[in-house]
Amino acid sequence: MATLAPEKAGRPTDHESFLVHKRFRWLWIAVLLCIAAGVGYAYADVKPRPNGGSWYGYTLGTIALLLIVWLSLLGVRKRAMTEGRWSLKAWTSAHVYLGLSLVVIATLHTGFQLGWNIHTLAYALMMLVIASGLYGITVYAKLPEKLSNNRGEMSKRQMVESLAALDRQLDAAAQPLAREESDRVIAALEQDPFRAGVLARLTNSYPGCRTARALKDFARDHELDAHEQRVAGLLHKRAAQLAQIRRQMQLRALLDVWLYVHIPATVALLGALTAHVVSVFFYW
Amino acid sequence: MAGTDGIVDVAIVGSGPAGLSAAAHAAAKGMSHVLLEKTDHLSDTIYKYQKGKHVMATPSHLVLRADLDFDAGKREAILDTWNRQLGEAQANVMLNAEVTAIEGAAGDFKLTLKNGRTVRAKAVVMAIGTQGNPNLVRCPVGEGAVVQYQLDDPGEYVDEHIVVIGAGDAGIENAMGLAADPQQGNKVTIVNRSRDFATAKAANVQALLAMEGEGRITVMLETTASAINQGEIVFDTRDGEVRAPCDRVIARMGSAPPRAFVEAACAEFEEREGKRAIKAGTGIAFTSADRVAYPRLTPTFESTVPGIYVIGALAGYPLIKHCMNQGHDVIEFLAGNTSLKPADEPILEEKFADLPGKQSVDEWLALFGRNVVILQELSTLQLRELMLDSDARYFKAGEVIFTRNDPGSSMFAIAQGSVAVEVNPKDPSVTVPIGEGLIFGEVGLISGRRRGATIRAAEPTIALEFSRNAALKLLATAPSAARAVNRISIERQLLQMFGSGLTSEDLEEIVEAAVVEDKRAGEVIIEEGADDKDVFVIRRGSVVVEKSIGGHPVFLNYLPAGSYFGEMAVIDGSKRTATVKSAIKSQVVRFPGDAFNRLLERKPALREKALTDMAARRKLNAFVEERKESFGDAADYHSQTAQFLVDNGIGEATDVLLIDETLCVGCDNCEKACADSHDGLSRLDREAGRTYAHLHVPTSCRHCEHPHCMADCPPNAIKRGPDGEVFIDETCIGCGNCQRNCPYGVIRMDAKPPKKPGLLSWMFLGLGPGPGEASYSWRKKKAEASGKEVPKVAIKCDMCSGIEGGPACVRACPTGAAIRVGPEKFLSVAQIGKVG
Ligand SMILES: Cc1cc2nc3c(=O)[nH]c(=O)nc-3n(C[C@H](O)[C@H](O)[C@H](O)COP(=O)(O)OP(=O)(O)OC[C@H]3O[C@@H](n4cnc5c(N)ncnc54)[C@H](O)[C@@H]3O)c2cc1C
Ligand code: HEM
Ligand code: SF4
Ligand code: SF4
Ligand code: SF4
Repeated sequence: MATLAPEKAGRPTDHESFLVHKRFRWLWIAVLLCIAAGVGYAYADVKPRPNGGSWYGYTLGTIALLLIVWLSLLGVRKRAMTEGRWSLKAWTSAHVYLGLSLVVIATLHTGFQLGWNIHTLAYALMMLVIASGLYGITVYAKLPEKLSNNRGEMSKRQMVESLAALDRQLDAAAQPLAREESDRVIAALEQDPFRAGVLARLTNSYPGCRTARALKDFARDHELDAHEQRVAGLLHKRAAQLAQIRRQMQLRALLDVWLYVHIPATVALLGALTAHVVSVFFYW
Repeated sequence: MAGTDGIVDVAIVGSGPAGLSAAAHAAAKGMSHVLLEKTDHLSDTIYKYQKGKHVMATPSHLVLRADLDFDAGKREAILDTWNRQLGEAQANVMLNAEVTAIEGAAGDFKLTLKNGRTVRAKAVVMAIGTQGNPNLVRCPVGEGAVVQYQLDDPGEYVDEHIVVIGAGDAGIENAMGLAADPQQGNKVTIVNRSRDFATAKAANVQALLAMEGEGRITVMLETTASAINQGEIVFDTRDGEVRAPCDRVIARMGSAPPRAFVEAACAEFEEREGKRAIKAGTGIAFTSADRVAYPRLTPTFESTVPGIYVIGALAGYPLIKHCMNQGHDVIEFLAGNTSLKPADEPILEEKFADLPGKQSVDEWLALFGRNVVILQELSTLQLRELMLDSDARYFKAGEVIFTRNDPGSSMFAIAQGSVAVEVNPKDPSVTVPIGEGLIFGEVGLISGRRRGATIRAAEPTIALEFSRNAALKLLATAPSAARAVNRISIERQLLQMFGSGLTSEDLEEIVEAAVVEDKRAGEVIIEEGADDKDVFVIRRGSVVVEKSIGGHPVFLNYLPAGSYFGEMAVIDGSKRTATVKSAIKSQVVRFPGDAFNRLLERKPALREKALTDMAARRKLNAFVEERKESFGDAADYHSQTAQFLVDNGIGEATDVLLIDETLCVGCDNCEKACADSHDGLSRLDREAGRTYAHLHVPTSCRHCEHPHCMADCPPNAIKRGPDGEVFIDETCIGCGNCQRNCPYGVIRMDAKPPKKPGLLSWMFLGLGPGPGEASYSWRKKKAEASGKEVPKVAIKCDMCSGIEGGPACVRACPTGAAIRVGPEKFLSVAQIGKVG
């Protein structure tokens, strides 16, 4: 209709997620790779039986090794802000699908010969990394929306500030209360609401929460005077604010926790792979 | 102090860098003089800078020509030096001497001071800067009541009842500063005359309301002070009179520019419409009525009142070095040294060095002033200043000056030669000439968007390129230039929009009848169902098109600057089929519909084009109409999302970072990447900012079409770059004006941190703070260890200009949540997979 401003050429990325990136380009590539490996496995004439040490086994092994090294480099790519036309989204997309293709390629490489040895350890570690990665993409797909809903428009700093503001109000409001009651409020205020174990964080359960306890105590008393009502109201607000922060912490923890498996297991995998390759070549 | 008969050779009004330097030079030359200063200290503007501010001495290539020293350094050191050196020079200074009136004529001026005394002088140098006077409280102030107009250190006051009047940014910041530390025990109240905080930044208002919620500040709206007494204040509120205890009033109600005082110097007055007004042709004349206009001056700084000279910020030179040089020069001129060349001469010489033919700076300036139509009204001084901010370039025949779709906000004028405009992008051989003395490129200047056509030099050509700021200043100071540019730009915009072999003759009627109209944000331009018949072109800003469906406005379209609308009703005589409102403060050109129709009749090709455009729009309307019933939620969603984006500045954005929160995992890699690509400081705050339907607009620069931040930058350090990015260059002096002016709060003031150890040493050796912005404490410790003083300057997103691959935030996002969009894409983002 009207003369619209011209479009900007070559924007780095379009609006689509890393899983969909360029219409599943890397999914297709990974699938083709798997099919090729499978077909090769079926037709390659290896004697006496398919095995990592055959020529075809070497081929698959080399591909798998290169893939693993490349997959590990994502950790570097993510942090090295060099110039150039790369996008981390494209890397992640390729990482996910090529990483999954390892399930097929590496398994075929083993020729289904597993045992209690360094070779199988490498294989197991790889499967662990992949399994944790699968968990990763699941939470990446599901949780961001929840994270966004929970935080509304508040930033982490605002949440902490809002809590601090409530605490100041509570501190002042608790002054006129009886000794025992005000002690309860002070106990709640003194408790560091962010110190929580991994499990508490992941499950979002804080049975020792003194704010909740103080609230319960106030609830038991049915005849609250004006001061007590004000304190109870503030405690409610504090509990709500704590709940938001804790939910945020839980979601962030769920989004991050798998990396604590994925990365160390990657390091271990690289170690095991080195041992695997060295042993294959030197201790035939 | 005085000469023989109580009259000095020169009275210098105002002791800023300009006045100080003039006084020092007069003293050195043994010229009898007096320096009059309003406050009880020298150089009030600099005195009021933040404590410890690092003052910068830009432009660095300009030599300092003054008797006082000036080098970059701390505010305190600079003020100390000046105080000492002025004493040593035995300059004659009167403090607490505010000049309230100037009368008389060259040879015998009489300056009246606020305290009633008078000073006589043969000549007057006005160096009073542009700060003006704070607006005073209008209610009666009782004996012993404390009313102040400035707050230097909020930590100074304890256990006081303090009332802040005026809820603009300054008032809010003062009030929050006073209440920040509960230990101080201040009871702070802020009062505002109106119901909303129209002049304050959203972030400030939010913070204020949060503090009110915590009970730390009392906010009183629709309230004025009606009396201030010792220990008490009386308010006039909606519910009547209210009294409150009050030990101190801090009034922050803006300030009145010093223009009225300047204009009244030596003026004659007359009654006009019952008011005392200055008689035309008397007093110090300004170049125009515009807010940014300056006094009209000769090359020796003499105003339209002979014998009164104007220098410094008031003359339009806001940098300290310029001010000091002018203080020196003006005394030289007064002493009769008229052949003195300005200190910026070498800069201009260098600018003109590449032009063919060896001519002097004065000769070039004369040529430009003579040949270029819009410059003919300017004085040599103005021309000099304009050229300091501009470029003169030589182009060989056939050389490209700019290319279609180039971003660019500068305007060109042809000083010699002519150029050819390639009007048809598909066939570069079709061109339209623009001749000597005329301008081009003005559309970019007005709409801030991309170039519409490629332009080449048709013969060897000298073109002047005016930066956006310089051009806007020119338009504000030379009314005839403004009129000329206006007319040309309307005509060119039409030519470019309608293309189809039109000539300027075809457009004559329509351009003649065109009216430029300013529209407030949200103002309705066309109402659905009305039967007016005008056509509009958006010159600046943007509009939204809506249709009312079942009583709900349903968003149809968003049109950026350079689009036209309203032609449908004109072509087929129907009623208006949709409502068009400005999305942000906009400027449109209105044409009468019948003139437009006549144009279409004469030009079948244009008619064809208009009909095609219209068909597309019809289809959209019909589509919406058809789905009236089923639309409901989806349409609402669409409208609201669009509205949300407009509210958050996308309507004036040229490029903005959005985060799709259904994809964002909160890894902050975008912020880290930003910091690592820009001196270690992030220019983006991912979490802060508004969110609607999971579409988040983080706190990061929108690269506005008309950047608010550019408005008041003393060294003109804010520019638009080759990719349309708005960036701040190294001449920033850290004054903080831009930070205050940006409505989106995206500019931060910070010092460039020291270098961190590299990525590999961090990964394998654990050295340094790792990727991303280092913590404040790390930066501080490192900076102290290095012992170098690094000034705080303004930093903001520059769209990663010059970095291959483009914006780091987008490249570094692992999930695809971070995207950058321009206005052309923003609609499709608003629809993210929902409506359909
Ligand atoms: C926050 C901030 C930071 C800045 N940082 C820098 C920087 O780092 N480097 C730089 O180059 N520039 C900087 N500037 C710009 C620079 O400070 C000013 O442009 C400069 O001070 C102007 O000098 P001036 O002599 O023209 O006027 P001013 O410095 O404004 O001085 C005018 C003087 O006149 C007095 N006066 C006013 N009216 C009267 C009257 N009627 N009678 C008597 N006296 C009167 C005032 O009290 C004042 O002392 C900054 C500006 C601001 C606001
Ligand atoms: C052997 C195979 C794999 C190896 C060695 C590997 C290794 C890595 C490494 C080193 C990182 C960088 C983590 C960081 O520094 O933050 C990473 C990230 C990631 N991996 Fe893997 N990975 C493998 C397989 C997979 C698979 C199969 C998936 C998915 C199904 C996957 C999903 C991811 C995701 C989603 C990330 C996070 C990207 C980000 O947030 O930046 N990985 N992987
Ligand atoms: S800094 Fe602010 S005003 Fe300037 S361009 Fe960016 S968003 Fe617009
Ligand atoms: S960029 Fe901002 S802080 Fe720097 S000089 Fe310009 S207005 Fe002042
Ligand atoms: S890099 Fe992407 S996913 Fe990470 S915080 Fe930024 S927008 Fe969210």
